[in-house]
Amino acid sequence: MAATASTSSRSLWQRQRWLILRRCSQALILLAFLSGPWFGVWIAKGNLSSSLTLGVLPLTDPLLVLQTLATGHLPYSSALIGAAIVLAFYLLIGGRVFCSWVCPVNVVTDAAAWTRRRLGIKTGRVPDANTRLWLLAGLLLAAALTGSLAWEWLNPVSLLHRGLIFGMGGGLMVIAGIFIYDVFVASRGWCGHLCPMGAFYGLLGRKALLRVAAPARKACDDCMDCFTVCPEPQVIRPALKAVGQTHPLILAADCTTCGRCIDVCDKQVFKMTHRFDQRSE
Amino acid sequence: MGSLRLPDTVMDTPRPLRQPAAVPPPVSAARRRFINSIAAAAGGGCLLALGAGLYSRSASALPAQALRPPGALPEADFLAACVRCGLCVRDCPYDTLKLSDLGDPVPTGTPYFRARQIPCEMCEDIPCVKACPTGALDRQLTDINQARMGLAALVDHESCLNFLGLRCDVCYRVCPVIDKAITLEPQHNPRSDRHAMLLPTVHSDACTGCGKCEKSCVLPEAAIKVFPRQLAQGALPAHYRKGWEEKARHGGSLIGEQVEMPVRGFDGSTAGRAPTELPTAPSAPVAPEAAPAMPPKATLPVRPAPRGGLDSHWKP
Repeated sequence: MAATASTSSRSLWQRQRWLILRRCSQALILLAFLSGPWFGVWIAKGNLSSSLTLGVLPLTDPLLVLQTLATGHLPYSSALIGAAIVLAFYLLIGGRVFCSWVCPVNVVTDAAAWTRRRLGIKTGRVPDANTRLWLLAGLLLAAALTGSLAWEWLNPVSLLHRGLIFGMGGGLMVIAGIFIYDVFVASRGWCGHLCPMGAFYGLLGRKALLRVAAPARKACDDCMDCFTVCPEPQVIRPALKAVGQTHPLILAADCTTCGRCIDVCDKQVFKMTHRFDQRSE
Repeated sequence: MGSLRLPDTVMDTPRPLRQPAAVPPPVSAARRRFINSIAAAAGGGCLLALGAGLYSRSASALPAQALRPPGALPEADFLAACVRCGLCVRDCPYDTLKLSDLGDPVPTGTPYFRARQIPCEMCEDIPCVKACPTGALDRQLTDINQARMGLAALVDHESCLNFLGLRCDVCYRVCPVIDKAITLEPQHNPRSDRHAMLLPTVHSDACTGCGKCEKSCVLPEAAIKVFPRQLAQGALPAHYRKGWEEKARHGGSLIGEQVEMPVRGFDGSTAGRAPTELPTAPSAPVAPEAAPAMPPKATLPVRPAPRGGLDSHWKP
């Protein structure tokens, strides 16, 4: 596809800036957890499920706390405060910012999407994108019915992050399964259609501030690079082609604010901005 | 791709979908596909989540050799409360605790330890409990001696060196609650007939399940092992009373004095007598209720005739 064979005059940094920044963000978050066991410098302890940074800042996954409450267990205040902080951050900044800037599975599924493009695989069967919402409801129901954090037995997101920090063996099979599924069965199948964590953060980010916009959409030459590379291509059209809206903001909750469209666009149509920036050129 | 992308375009406005039932015949193919895909999503989603739930139930029995950290809630409550963050693992100064991986017999991501690998060192400040953000490890546990991580059981009487008559005693010596959780109970050694066996005996009211005894057992495979409590411990029916305890509590038998019946046919035999009753220790204080029905005979030094089995026939 054109996205990978760009004959742009722009520099590598211009063409990969947001990708590099995202990978740095993901790596630094991981390193904050690993500097302790690796170098004895403790920055963050725990993992994405719940952590303590510099001995003072508790952070807890709000979806996990929600499941814990569904089982009927009331966690200690440190977990509740941690969940409130995380909740406030993603409500304000952007729900699925978690997916593209923090989540380690994103690296796996991005690699799978890249592989799929490289192999030119167009076939497959994609589940409905609403499946993730049903899964989200299902895992809360499962927690309430079984009285345990049932989803955490399988959750690839916590499985991978915990595994990277504490060591993993069997969990790798699940991650490999997601990679194979995304390459051969469903394009962007896991993150875009199935992951209930992504669905949860998507629901959080409906009114969040950080947004990608297409202010220079008049310059669009319909090369389709952005659609090719976007993990949630359906979010681009309203902003880029002014379908159902006049402003150039991508406001759909599915947008992960990864900025990949900004990277690949030779016409520099897109930019990172806030949700009140409705200017277009 | 058109048919596949269709649901995405209407994802944010699912409400109109409720109405097709009211709109009669011309249900378009696109709408039917859409309803089908929603049904598939709902069915698939619920199946997957409930499947994970059922799987978690079936696999929630802790294996015999995996022990929870101190202060852990009962297993079912623990699996509701533990978010698998590993903060207890991080704050354990002895690297005792581990997080299980997918495929391990322990529920994925939860902390556990194996006594034979690294036992719990029973830190007085219990840092693992302090680290837990959710209360899966209960902060009401402030005295580590009250921890009940498991219960030691001397499972192999055939291999235990003390049962073989040696004085190994290692499990007893390393026990952090020595003389309370593990005592050495002297028993006559019938094989040599003139030595004692000092049998390591675990007491469930004091054993914390730290696992130091299992860790330090000198055998290639430990004869004493620590199990989760429900595996290692039996329970008397709630209405049972121990006569001797009630007697001590009330200063006498609750059912009055019993008629002592004479024991016949065991003249000169030591069988069926407590050590204090044996002719070789006539001066030992004898509790009145345990008084032998037949007074010891005067012909003490005469050894019973050789019989098979217990007597080695060795004479000094």
